[in-house]
Amino acid sequence: MSDSLVVTVLVALLGGALRVSTPFMFVALGECLTEKSGRVNLGLEGTLVFGAMSAYATSYHTGSPWLGVLAAGLAGAALGALHGFVCKLPRVNDIAIGIAMMLFGTGVAFFFGKAYIQPTAPRLGAIALGDWTGDPKVATALQVNPLLLIGLATALIMWWAFANTRWGLVLRMSGDSAPAARAMGVSVDLVRFLATLSGGFLAGVGGAFLSLYYPGSWNQGLSSGQGLMAVALVIFARWNPLRCVAAAMLFGAAGAIGPALQSVGVTQGYYFFNAAPYILTLLIMVASAGSRQASREAPGELSITK
Amino acid sequence: MTDFRLTRRGFMHSAGAFGATSLLAGTSRPALAAGVTIGIVYVGPRDDFGWNQAHAVAIKSLKNVAGVKAVEEENVPETDACAKSMESMVNLDGANIVLGTSFGYFTPFMVDLAKKYPKVEFRHAAPLWDGSKHPKNLGSYFGYLNQAHYVDGVAAGLSTKSNKLGFVAAKPISSVLSNINSFLLGARKVNPNAVVQVIFTGDWSLPVREAEATNALVDAGCDVITCHVDGPKVVIETAEKRGVKSCGHNASQAPLAPKGFITGAEYKWETIYKIYADKLAKGEPLPNMLAGGYDSDMVQNTPFGAGASEEARKAATAAIADLKAKKPIYVGPLKDNKGNLVIDKAYDNYDPYLDQMNYLLEGVIGSIT
Repeated sequence: MSDSLVVTVLVALLGGALRVSTPFMFVALGECLTEKSGRVNLGLEGTLVFGAMSAYATSYHTGSPWLGVLAAGLAGAALGALHGFVCKLPRVNDIAIGIAMMLFGTGVAFFFGKAYIQPTAPRLGAIALGDWTGDPKVATALQVNPLLLIGLATALIMWWAFANTRWGLVLRMSGDSAPAARAMGVSVDLVRFLATLSGGFLAGVGGAFLSLYYPGSWNQGLSSGQGLMAVALVIFARWNPLRCVAAAMLFGAAGAIGPALQSVGVTQGYYFFNAAPYILTLLIMVASAGSRQASREAPGELSITK
Repeated sequence: MTDFRLTRRGFMHSAGAFGATSLLAGTSRPALAAGVTIGIVYVGPRDDFGWNQAHAVAIKSLKNVAGVKAVEEENVPETDACAKSMESMVNLDGANIVLGTSFGYFTPFMVDLAKKYPKVEFRHAAPLWDGSKHPKNLGSYFGYLNQAHYVDGVAAGLSTKSNKLGFVAAKPISSVLSNINSFLLGARKVNPNAVVQVIFTGDWSLPVREAEATNALVDAGCDVITCHVDGPKVVIETAEKRGVKSCGHNASQAPLAPKGFITGAEYKWETIYKIYADKLAKGEPLPNMLAGGYDSDMVQNTPFGAGASEEARKAATAAIADLKAKKPIYVGPLKDNKGNLVIDKAYDNYDPYLDQMNYLLEGVIGSIT
């Protein structure tokens, strides 16, 4: 492979990371928030799809994609609130409810989304960060959607707030030891309800990115499991918002390997390269999950770790 | 599969028929002369800008024909659900013919239903029917879409400046390979320097990877993009966004690319469905195998879009006339892209040898493994 081909592949990986990672990032951040409070919401795949549909429909009717983003967030928050409310009831398993919510969210999205497969809605624009390079490929790769920047900012704020604010402390305490939180006079149920609701909001916004920016259209196969992978990324990122961003970026870049290699003529073994993100995730998890550090970072109240 | 398995609908139907015969000694089925009812089952939504839409458009045109009623059901998975859906079309809607439009509906579901309801016709949209194994009231129909992709190729070959055409493909099965190869041969006919670069995504519907593949092809210098995936919406929209031209697949995607759309390969199921409805109304037997291309009006090309130059339009129209006159697409000697001679002579467009295609021709950049 000559140098220019290597550059082409690297540019494609960079572009892939910037284009594909945003929905992973939002869902992973939302799930990170929810799991920090001691609850697992597996339904974020449904939230993502429902958010994508709501965003597209709202953008189509109002003509404003940003209203669509808001609608997606609110739709996601509604699903999150439902999950949070049901899990408050006694003897309810949050994992089972999560799976039910996943099917519910996609089902509702498909039902209401039928009318929006055909029409074209206004999409979100992009910020061109790479025009100064004068290279059209790099310029295209560096076209960044504002939602990506919002996601990065959210991750930074979450990372800072977890460690440095009273709210962050209450959230982490609810996740690590419910009895301790109760002794402090904190309503654990309320904290978890709010965390699930906010997590749903973020996942919904991730859906808006899918339908309004990239790939930028609404259809039923839009998500194809990205919400589920993002939930797994949280474990991979060990409940740290900044690592969630890194994991989403890595996953996005790895997803671009398959098409990028085929486009420069490395055509053999594309099934293997298309599986690259999953193989990579698996390898890093195996390498990192065994450490004592990893088990210390998991919220103690999570039903998967208890 | 046992015949004693009772479904609720099957039971109600038998009980109803028993009651009717014992009381009235009449028939339990509505008489055929009352009209023709066509039942059709889709695997996805009817308006997916792709495979399902192509069928739905054809059914819609049938609804205007007097005496024909159509019953549709969409989003039916390739499981027992399709059998239930088809059975209720037979029992509750009195369908005379049931059309299954997804590959996985055939075995065991449609085969079993055809045995269970010998008076109802079942037809499936892929060449799977085998006279030695399957019931006579079951059959297959399909269109040779590669002929329309050949026409796409002719138009694309005259629309490219970089001589690189991009093809986003789902899986390397023979029908997909034949579309890619025909697209190349069409392009090469008018532009000997044209090459086709193919990216396989690995599955029929992966919108994000399809968008990635389209971007990668454009980055690699392709200035015309076409595809063979279930819903070409994302590919065509991404190509338009990147400012390159595009050719469609399955149904009309012209509205998605007002600037760059050239033309597209479309099925014309309408022709086949009208033959079925007509023969059923007259009480004539239906053919078990019904397939064809341009010469029997079973495929078509989308009307030219803004991306097609005058030259491209002329050449594509001439190519359509050639296909209607049964002029062969595959004229040897042709090598595959590994250097083996695969097409030694001129093959008829319907030669079974071409159905076994498992290679990409020289001029296609890509690999099937």
